[in-house]
Parts: sequence; C-alpha cells; structure tokens
Amino acid sequence: MAFLEISHLEKSFGANRVVKDFNLDVDKGEFISLLGPSGCGKTTVLRMVAGFENPSSGAIRIGGTDLVGKRPNQRNIGMVFQAYALFPNLTVAENVGFGLKIKGAPRAEIDRRVAEMLALIGLPDLGGRYPFQLSGGQQQRVALARALAPKPQVLLLDEPLSALDAKVRVSLRNEIRAIQRELGITTIFVTHDQEEALSISDRIVVMNGGIADQVGTPFEIYNRPSTRFVAHFVGQLNVFSTDGAGNLAGVQLGAGRDFAARPEALHLGRAPGTDIVLPARISEVHFLGSVIRLTADAAGARVSLDTFNRPDVPPPAIGTDVELSLSSRDLIPLG
Amino acid sequence: MNPIARLFGWAALVFGLLYFFIPLTGLVEFSLKARRGVYSLDAYAKVIGDPEFQATFGYSVLMALVTIVIGVLIVVPTAFWVRLKMPWARPYVEFITLLPLVIPAIVIVFGYIRLYNTSSWLPMTGSVMGTNILLAFGYTVLALPYMYRAVDTGLRTIDVATLTEAAQSLGAGWGTILGRIILPNVLVAVLSGAFLTFAIVIGEFTLAALLDRPAFGPYLQRIGANKPYEPFALAVISFGITWACMGLIQLVTRFSKHTRAQN
Repeated sequence: MAFLEISHLEKSFGANRVVKDFNLDVDKGEFISLLGPSGCGKTTVLRMVAGFENPSSGAIRIGGTDLVGKRPNQRNIGMVFQAYALFPNLTVAENVGFGLKIKGAPRAEIDRRVAEMLALIGLPDLGGRYPFQLSGGQQQRVALARALAPKPQVLLLDEPLSALDAKVRVSLRNEIRAIQRELGITTIFVTHDQEEALSISDRIVVMNGGIADQVGTPFEIYNRPSTRFVAHFVGQLNVFSTDGAGNLAGVQLGAGRDFAARPEALHLGRAPGTDIVLPARISEVHFLGSVIRLTADAAGARVSLDTFNRPDVPPPAIGTDVELSLSSRDLIPLG
Repeated sequence: MNPIARLFGWAALVFGLLYFFIPLTGLVEFSLKARRGVYSLDAYAKVIGDPEFQATFGYSVLMALVTIVIGVLIVVPTAFWVRLKMPWARPYVEFITLLPLVIPAIVIVFGYIRLYNTSSWLPMTGSVMGTNILLAFGYTVLALPYMYRAVDTGLRTIDVATLTEAAQSLGAGWGTILGRIILPNVLVAVLSGAFLTFAIVIGEFTLAALLDRPAFGPYLQRIGANKPYEPFALAVISFGITWACMGLIQLVTRFSKHTRAQN
C-alpha cells in the first residue's frame, strides 16, 4: 500500500472543474513533481493535500488515514510557499522553532532541533537574524527548515524556486533534493518548470486541464510521452508529418500519424545508425556555450537540433544547405 | 520645477503655516497672561493642580485605554477575516465603519439612552458601571473609522493569506495565528489606530456629557464657560496630547522592524 494515496480527487469552483478524477499513489520517501502549465490544477491538488481547500469528492490518505475533513493544523504536513511566508516579526530561529513551540515541545528540544535544522540548511549562524536581513535564497532555506523542523509526514513544496534568480534556483533545487534524500521525507513538489521537475524528481505527474496526463519517471516522461500534450510540454520537440503512404524521407513509419523527435535526436550530416536523411537549410544559429542550437527548414517543417560545440569545427552559416539525419527508433509517435 | 511654480509652492506653504500657527500663537500667548504684566505658567499650574482636572483626565485616559482594547478586539479579527475569507464583504464593512463619520455623536447617544434607559430591557444607564460600559462602546463606535482604516492598511502590507496558511501548516490554530503572527505584524498600524482613538476620546464631549460621566471633554467645556485663562491653558494641553499621539505614531513606525523590512 502506498504511503500517500490520492484517489478520485475532484475539485470544482462553482461550475469550473479544476481537478478531475485525479489519482496518485506515492511511496514513502518518494519525490514527486506535479508539472503543468498555469491553471492546470497542480497547486489546487497540493492545497487539498495541505488542507487549505476541501475536495469536492475523493480521498486523500496518509498511512491509511483519511485526511479529508481534517483542518490544516491537524495534518502534520509541512509546506514551503513560493513567497517564503516567513513570519516577519520572528527571528530565523523563532521561525524554525515555531511549529515545535505550537506542539508544546520543551525549550531544550526546540533549541536542539533549531540548531540541527539551521546546520542542515547551511545557515548555522543566522538564527538571530530577521527575515528581512536575508537574501531570497536564504529565506527559502529557512522556510524549508521551518517546514521540516516539526518532522512532518509529508513535505509540500509550492513552486518554492520561482521567486529566485536562475543561479540560486539551480543550487537550491539540488540542496532541496539532497536534504529530502537525507531525511527520506515523502515530498510533493509543484512546478511549471520542466527542467526543475526532470532534474530532481523520482516521478513526475504531468497535469493538463485538471487531469494527470502521464505519471512516470523523468526518463519515461521525456523519452516516451504518452500524449501529444506531454510530448509538447516537456522539452523541445520537432514534429514531422508522413506523406500519404506513411513515409518520411522514404522510410515507412505509418500513415496518418505525426512523429516527433527531440533536438538531440537530430544530427548534422549523415550520422552512423541513422536511417532517415532530410535535406535542410540552416535558418538560425544560437551559440549556447557547450551546445549550439541550430534551426533549419526540413521536410516542410522548421526543426531544431542541438550539436556539441567543438572549437575546431565552426557551426554552419545561416542559409547553408545541409543534410540532417535521425534514427526512426528515436521518433515519438504522437497520438 | 520652474521658479514661478517653486515660488507659488513656497507661498502656499507659508500661507498654510501662518493660517495654522497665528491663532495657535495667540492661544498660547493668552494662556501665559494669567499674571498681569508678565508671562507666567500660572494658568497651567492652576489647571494641573485642580483635583477635578486630575479626576476627569484620569477617567478619560482610563476610558481611552478601555476603548482601545475593545476596538482592537473587534477590529483586528474583523479586518483579518474580511481580508482572508470574505473579500466580497469589504465594501460593506468599510461602509459600516464610515457611518460614525456621518451620524453625529448626539444621534448615537440619544439612541443609546432610548435603548438602554432604566425602563428598557437592558437598563445599562441605571448603574455607573453600566453607563461606563455604554460610554466605552460609544467611544469605540466613534473611533471605528480610524481604527479600521489603520488596521486594514496594516494588513495590506503583509501577505495575510500566505502567513496564515504557513502558520496553519505548522499546527497553529486561529487564536495563535491572530495573537502571534497577525497582531505583531500589524502592531504599528494598531498603535496608530490606538493613538488616534486616544486623541478622540480625550477631547470627546457629547457622549460623556449626555451620559453624565466625569470625563475630560465636559470638564473642558465647564472651565471654558467659567474661567478666563485656564481654558486656554487646557486647549494648549489638549493640542499637546494630540501632537504627542501623532509623534508616537511616527516614532513606532520608524522603529518597527516590519516597516524597515519594507524599505
């Protein structure tokens, strides 16, 4: 039996059904990301787990206990918010110890746990500071420590990295994952950033229009998307249409279907192991450092491909006629 | 800014200052003329030494504190709840809190006397304590527009919904959220409302006079009708109290951690 079970969860605001028959089983210690565009219902699912919204129907169980109807303060679920939500009138140490104080823990235990949490997030000397004296990244670390201090059963992260700059976002997401692994806490992470979700999750739930379109590991989600939406939403995609006979560049693929290929599946020139060769003309060149992203017109479509930067081989100039190759095994059939 | 506009600005400022300070200077000067031929503080000494001044001022201070407590207990949870759960009710609540500005105090007090007289179902005016309670509630109503606006403005500066949810997820109930999170974070706003309430209550005449309570307002009026210099000294003292309240509002705002966080 899964540690956290969400079954047939529904939520409507008036006539608007924002979550439709949502089902998810999460094992203890698992890191799950809810990924989807704005308005897909991912935050609503999270808020129902936290108890801030009541489901219209369905069940949420942790360790077999149904949480529906329980108030948020009775659920023992930690939550980190996008806007940090640190209490401005309390110091960092008081913020981290707040949950334990509410539980009536003895002073010595609170102090010990606060010190432990501050060491865990790498801010052992900042206990006496107020939130406004910290940077955004530090505030979010403190918010994480505060959520973890009372030892919650489940940790919910509601787009915790969205308000941070790119560099801090990457380092903090790695820290969050490391801390989650160290503590073995079951975690649900809401994000609209596919790179974030792919990089730190055990499994990803891709949501669209209130429905879980696909649940799978990052590898499965990226390489074997089960719906057209997932294929388009996660990663970059080049879409090819076959001719009336179901051929693409002379290779039989299947009639009446579209096929997609990731930019890294396309090769400049005829690469070994490929069976589809497309004549193309380079239309854009973006130098991204280690990778060069080329855009080309091929087979009646505009396609992107990534090549590694090699200092001894300059990228093709715009307007150059080239050949692109790919393996039919790398094509993703779109439903 | 062009020189003419700048000159006009300065002229407007000087006119405003003169408009305000000339009568005030006259007031202060006259209050110092109790002794013939020289300036002295005799009027002030007489007023402050008057046992009735001490009794009425003490009574009004006590009533102001009670009013502030009642106001905070009513306004903070109301403004919090409206902001958190009932934003649609905000215009209605604002309208209700503005009513004391358009309904004269004399109408309110006659309503009270009519509703709570000794032959009514709740004869509050039949005892000193009952009348005091009635007066405190009356003062609370008069101060409502200022207290509500101050608290509501304070709540606007913090993310009430997220802070509440954060506290709930950590196990806090409504009492804890209000007492330990919301109130401390709007304390500056509450203090602003409290000082305004204090200034209103100290000088209020109508409610206290018609409910026949020994407050500072009716004392001011009585002295004004019977003494030459003391009323002017009292007026200066009243101005001083109001300005002190305004100064304290500025002071607590400046020393607030939360306000510094905003800057």
